[in-house]
Amino acid sequence: MSDTLSLTAATAAARIRAGELDPAELWHGYRERAAADEHNAFVWVAPDGDAPAVDRDAPLAGVPVAVKDLFCTEGVPSQAGSRILEGYRPPYTATSVARLTGAGAPLLAKTNQDEFAMGSSTEHSAFGPTRNPWDIARVPGGSSGGSAAAVAAGSAPWAIGTDTGGSIRQPAALCGIVGLKPTYGAVSRYGMIAFASSLDQAGPLTRDVTDAALLFGAMAGQDPCDSTSIGLPAPVELPSRMDLRGVRIGVPDELTGEGIEPGVLASFERTLELVKELGATVEPVRLPHAPHALSAYYLIAPAEASSNLARYDGVRYGYRADGVRDLLEMYTKTRAEGFGAEVKRRIMLGTYALSSGYYDAYYGRAQKVRTLISGDFNAAWERFDFVATPTAPTVAFELGAKLEDPLAMYLNDFLAVPMSLAGIPGISIPSGLSEGLPVGFQLAGPAFSENALLDAAYALERAIDFRDAPWRKLA
Amino acid sequence: MLSRDQVLHVARLARLELTEEEQQRMSVELSHVLDHIERIGELGDLADVEPTSHVVAVENALRADEPRPCLPKEVALAAAPDVDMGGFRVPSPGPAPA
Repeated sequence: MSDTLSLTAATAAARIRAGELDPAELWHGYRERAAADEHNAFVWVAPDGDAPAVDRDAPLAGVPVAVKDLFCTEGVPSQAGSRILEGYRPPYTATSVARLTGAGAPLLAKTNQDEFAMGSSTEHSAFGPTRNPWDIARVPGGSSGGSAAAVAAGSAPWAIGTDTGGSIRQPAALCGIVGLKPTYGAVSRYGMIAFASSLDQAGPLTRDVTDAALLFGAMAGQDPCDSTSIGLPAPVELPSRMDLRGVRIGVPDELTGEGIEPGVLASFERTLELVKELGATVEPVRLPHAPHALSAYYLIAPAEASSNLARYDGVRYGYRADGVRDLLEMYTKTRAEGFGAEVKRRIMLGTYALSSGYYDAYYGRAQKVRTLISGDFNAAWERFDFVATPTAPTVAFELGAKLEDPLAMYLNDFLAVPMSLAGIPGISIPSGLSEGLPVGFQLAGPAFSENALLDAAYALERAIDFRDAPWRKLA
Repeated sequence: MLSRDQVLHVARLARLELTEEEQQRMSVELSHVLDHIERIGELGDLADVEPTSHVVAVENALRADEPRPCLPKEVALAAAPDVDMGGFRVPSPGPAPA
């Protein structure tokens, strides 16, 4: 059994299709492992019982998937890590999840996350923090930390998460797995519990790049229920590239120096040498406005969140406070008791940034900085195919290390938010270890360059040959 | 530094009740974060820069205006904290302001 659980999802799917692996055996193996998980990676695991019927010839061939809590799943708790949605079972399923089940991947579990995806450590969950499988004293990153920990530990073959300002890429980096944030609009947001609507994008967290391509291909596509979804210009192809000959990679000074741990930088530099050995050219590129991306992000995302989270009012679903005198008190007490500290902080920050007298200086200005950041990337694409940076400035940090210092927690996102603001795709792959913990290497490309990005990441993954992830020890 | 009065004003706008301790902490923490955020002021005059509210150039996404079934009423009400006469029941808005 454990041999089966050490297969990548794509390999397991191929074996099922070839009649060499029983999908029911795979289902039960993962269900039992998820139910016994000791990292608090899951907030719901499919009940024991018969394995779901699967179509061996479907693209995902019956390999089960774990899904971040904030995706609505009909009849299954969907709480976005928040007390205000505790026990909420939605009447419909998110398009991205419906596409995965339609492609033959049954729902294995819902994964823990920072409340409403606001956080970089999964400590801001109403259901307790998730532990990093590499070291349980450390965080898995966030906000999709449950998905990352589940995949790293081998408690799920693969998972999906959401990335607003790094929430797929950073936990993938801190857990030593692959995470892809697609181009904004590639995947439908319908049924994703909203954080910041102009930035939120769903994507895969997987054991390797091939799994990421397979899962991404199944979830992407235009959706009539999401007017901002576009789909992809061409179908997602499984990556096959063996070298990087002719590929031009830009390394921005602004995102490869100050504020990054020496061990992370050392791994990044070693990986750039591999990139060159594979035949790519590596040259400096300027992204002059990137140092301001974090500020712009922490105005735009909280502003959108303060508006999105106005819907939690105790009227139609979710938590309602008891013993209130009138309607206004019902709103204020429901929200005071239902939201956690970080969510309150973001709502306050966003409301302030949008309030009369401050709008132009904060939100309006942040939107202009967003234009400048997109412009920096567009200029880079005239000379480069991709931009490379470390994914996160640190390896996984200890639980509690940044919990009392919100700004320190926010700064952990500074290498991920420029791509989010520009709406472009970014992938994190494990590049090695620092202090015994995984380091992520981020490649970002122009909008809708996912096929080329996955291909380049695949060639690099082969060259790095990262073999330390916990899931491999299941073999 | 965000004053206590500013914190209370924003909390009122956001429909959030804050304890004394939260008001104190919010004032310190938000000021700390805003000090960092205000570095975007260093970029100087941005009068000529267009704001970006949406990164992807999507024209109006329209669909045919045809009636379709929506959630049945009992399903829409199923998760509500308080339901009465086929609707959401809420406390009284209170006496009309004088």
